[in-house]
Amino acid sequence: MIHQYKNNGYAIVLDVNSGAIHVVDDLTYDLIACIDRAGGPDPAKKEAQIAELSAVYPREQVEEAYAEVETLVADESLFTRDSYEPYITDFKKRPTVVKALCLHIAHDCNLACRYCFAGEGEYHGSRALMSFEVGKAALDFLIAHSGQRRNLEVDFFGGEPLMNWQVVKDLVAYGRSQEKLHDKSFRFTLTTNGVLLDDEVTEFCNREMANVVLSIDGRREVHDRMRPFRKGAGSYDLIVPKFLKFAESRGQERYYVRGTFTHHNLDFSEDVLHLADLGFRQISVEPVVAEEGADYAIRREDLPRLFAEYDRLAAEMAERKQNGREFQFFHFMIDLEGGPCVAKRLSGCGSGTEYLAVTPWGDLYPCHQFVGNEKFLLGNVREGIVRQEVCDEFKRCNVYAKENCRTCFARFYCSGGCAANAYNFTGDICGTYDIGCELQKKRIECAIMIKAAESESAVGQ
Amino acid sequence: MKHIRTLNTKKLQNTVKKGGCGECQTSCQSACKTSCTVGNQSCENK
Repeated sequence: MIHQYKNNGYAIVLDVNSGAIHVVDDLTYDLIACIDRAGGPDPAKKEAQIAELSAVYPREQVEEAYAEVETLVADESLFTRDSYEPYITDFKKRPTVVKALCLHIAHDCNLACRYCFAGEGEYHGSRALMSFEVGKAALDFLIAHSGQRRNLEVDFFGGEPLMNWQVVKDLVAYGRSQEKLHDKSFRFTLTTNGVLLDDEVTEFCNREMANVVLSIDGRREVHDRMRPFRKGAGSYDLIVPKFLKFAESRGQERYYVRGTFTHHNLDFSEDVLHLADLGFRQISVEPVVAEEGADYAIRREDLPRLFAEYDRLAAEMAERKQNGREFQFFHFMIDLEGGPCVAKRLSGCGSGTEYLAVTPWGDLYPCHQFVGNEKFLLGNVREGIVRQEVCDEFKRCNVYAKENCRTCFARFYCSGGCAANAYNFTGDICGTYDIGCELQKKRIECAIMIKAAESESAVGQ
Repeated sequence: MKHIRTLNTKKLQNTVKKGGCGECQTSCQSACKTSCTVGNQSCENK
């Protein structure tokens, strides 16, 4: 399977099953499309295909391009077959271990963000803070169920985790005290709205947190519209100086400013560039997940506008990179040489299997997005998993279990997408959320285009 | 090659033998909490 597209002046051919990415000239682009329309390379059709293209391009060049295509096919980097289905089915049968927990350290929040999937921090339940005892039991559960995995990840999430800061610090200390005993390495991360961020928090985070996600949506009016305090005042002016100071204190690394865009700011590239112009170098801005019918929900008719925004952002980033003003946009990051193995790419995000969320009172859910939906309650940190059948359902969920993914070029990049989104929109964790898929595909195309531009500029130097 | 420039040398099919150690980062623990992005994670078993 191949995927072809043109973006920002580049003609790109992605060989889906090998992951090879080829930048080609127009002749080769048309030739590969011709071969693909015929069902793939076939020596019996070669002469007719060369003749067809020779009506448009010089025959000598068509033959030359055809020879190059044949070389790539022989090298298994073009028109490569998908041979992974039996492999991934066997892989998924292996016993799984838990390696990452999302600790809902506080089901409470000092903001009242309009799009909050956590219902203003309370996850449609009552306000609650996780006690040290529950958090400790969660870390013990993680260590006990992590098998041979050495790297364990714990994200302090909310609500707003800084509303339960002492417990965060105590749990980090407890985790560190267990590392040598069990030959484990904890990677702690934190997500915060910044309201309570101060020098003491910063100093602790810089020492202990492998990554910190700072929530900000972009321009002041966009941010304040969706992320007000409970009494309605905007939070932008309070948090921006704190976030800038924080980012600088970490050397502009190991953090992301993370925003959400909605139907109200379809021109979201302005928000990304606004964050870059403020001085942030690690940026993640992604589409809101909302119930259909919400006034801020992304609609199908918004897609052409959003595609144009991604194109604009990608072109701007490619240009800024050449001018030494580069920044990272999380959803355009792609690792062409050191990226994940095919097992990782095909087995999904790990929700419900290697990644679990823990509520303030210790209940386990497949991920943060399912918290509060009793149908997905798995057990708790003291008794462990008691509803293995729900975990098994998540374990079976991979790209070959999703009909739409089988024919999608993006399956090795998104890994079948978010199970919670799929469930929210189709009622099935093995479904697909179409609007999310379209946006994901566009982001991948842009990310690859940026790599093409970088490679061209490297060749030119 | 005159007509084709390949951007990467690593092939997915070559990761089948050594892959699957599971030490790499969980995708939702990085900077996305609402959209699954796996292709940008790094391998920790190079």
